[in-house]
Amino acid sequence: MLVKTVFAGFGGQGVLSMGLNLTQAAMMEGKHVTYLPSYGAEVRGGTANCTVAVSNEEIASPVASSPEFVIAMNLPSLVRFQNQIESGGVLLFDASLVETEVSRGDIEVVGIPATDLANKIGSPKSANMVMLGAFIKKSNLVSLDSVIEGLKSTFKGKPDLVTINEQALRTGYDLL
Amino acid sequence: MSIVTKVLMTGNAAIGEAAIRAGCQCYFGYPITPQNELTEHMAANLSRRKGCAFVQAESEIAAINMVYGASLAGVRVMTSSSSPGISLKQEGISYLAACELPAVIVNMSRGGPGLGSISASQSDYFQATRGGGHGDYRTPVLAPSSVQELADLTHRAFDLADKYLTPVLILGDGILGQMMEPVEFRHEAPEVPPVRSNALRGAKGRPSRIVKTFTSNPSTLEELNWSLFRRYQVIKQAEVTYDTFMVDDARLVVVAFGIAARIAKGAVKTARIEGLKVGLLRPVTLWPFPAAKIRKLAEDVKQFLVFEMNMGQMLEDVQLALEGSAEVSFYGRTGGVIPTPSEVLRVIARLYHQKGLHR
Repeated sequence: MLVKTVFAGFGGQGVLSMGLNLTQAAMMEGKHVTYLPSYGAEVRGGTANCTVAVSNEEIASPVASSPEFVIAMNLPSLVRFQNQIESGGVLLFDASLVETEVSRGDIEVVGIPATDLANKIGSPKSANMVMLGAFIKKSNLVSLDSVIEGLKSTFKGKPDLVTINEQALRTGYDLL
Repeated sequence: MSIVTKVLMTGNAAIGEAAIRAGCQCYFGYPITPQNELTEHMAANLSRRKGCAFVQAESEIAAINMVYGASLAGVRVMTSSSSPGISLKQEGISYLAACELPAVIVNMSRGGPGLGSISASQSDYFQATRGGGHGDYRTPVLAPSSVQELADLTHRAFDLADKYLTPVLILGDGILGQMMEPVEFRHEAPEVPPVRSNALRGAKGRPSRIVKTFTSNPSTLEELNWSLFRRYQVIKQAEVTYDTFMVDDARLVVVAFGIAARIAKGAVKTARIEGLKVGLLRPVTLWPFPAAKIRKLAEDVKQFLVFEMNMGQMLEDVQLALEGSAEVSFYGRTGGVIPTPSEVLRVIARLYHQKGLHR
């Protein structure tokens, strides 16, 4: 099993954090995992993306030319990555921010109103965690518990942030 | 759930952390993508340690000369950069070699020539393995292919440098530096970093020593060159390291290093599933090069494929090693293009059938 996922969106939406949280959880579960941020001439406020590869065996390349999952948090990311998704793969996008028709019929397209849901639970900044929760449910790559454990180590000494993020994760997870 | 002793780190940060744990006391650097996380890690962590120094130098040339000074003072010292910056450091590396001074130099290489691109490349192989600067010298070159190996080989680089009194190069690339993987550190940082016995720290109670790279007497310099080359012969005998994968019954052996070897290994695994008898040789030391191993393999294997992220540099070392005893093909991507395992698999499968190895 080798599954590659691309997380993409505006800088500041927390797309790299989504990837890192998944990577952390996969590591805690003893899986092979690589995380590769895009490091081009990116600018603050521009688009950012990262690729996470999770496998039961050694990972040959951390780069994904045709990822199985793409999580698009904005329109430019959806446009850029939708054609790269492997046939039979899954595109998740933030339906609160992106209104679009995806032309491909060979992939599964899942709209998650992540930003609206994050606003509803009172933490607009945690739309990324809502999305990650939905992705965890859809992909079943790692367990939700591992992601929450990972959050606790990421936000060590900041229990408030753990609570907020955990709530957002569960909101997305329970949606699907 | 397994007990986690691993941490998640970028390759760049892992080198920094491993260096500190190897007793690196001084780091001097100048920013360049894609290795800045290493400088950042040293700024955040080395400068907090007692007796240690981190300096962001005014240039790459300044940084390598600070390395020269710190090495003279007998401490473990490191600098890092990426391709164009490493070119700037070559004069200093040559001087370090001439004065028999240990140091660790990290090149997280990017596309070239010139300012090139900031994407990963392996086009500094020639520069790394042929000395790099002017004069008759070589430097050991270590080529890791994972974040764990970056950490492990950083430790080894310091040991090699001290053992053979030579600058040692770690040749990585932008992807290895930027990517995060779980990594385990097997050493704790020493409380008192080691100091070499022949350090220049004042001549109280002993005659003064002069360390210099210039002599007006050619025969003195010739003697130095002989002495260096005798040491290089010892390094060639004792320090060659490589990895093999499924070479025992192979009809085709892929030779690749660093990140390319990792990509190639993925291709070799798939080729095996498809019934192609393919193996992989991965040199871990690029200099000294595992030439004897390649010659040995050629007793049974008549077809080699060299795969690099450049236009064919290690290829020449493979050809030299084989001395015509087997056929060598080459596949390369360059400029910062990252090839995929399936792309390499196609090349392997095509070559395998072209050469009739399936019969």
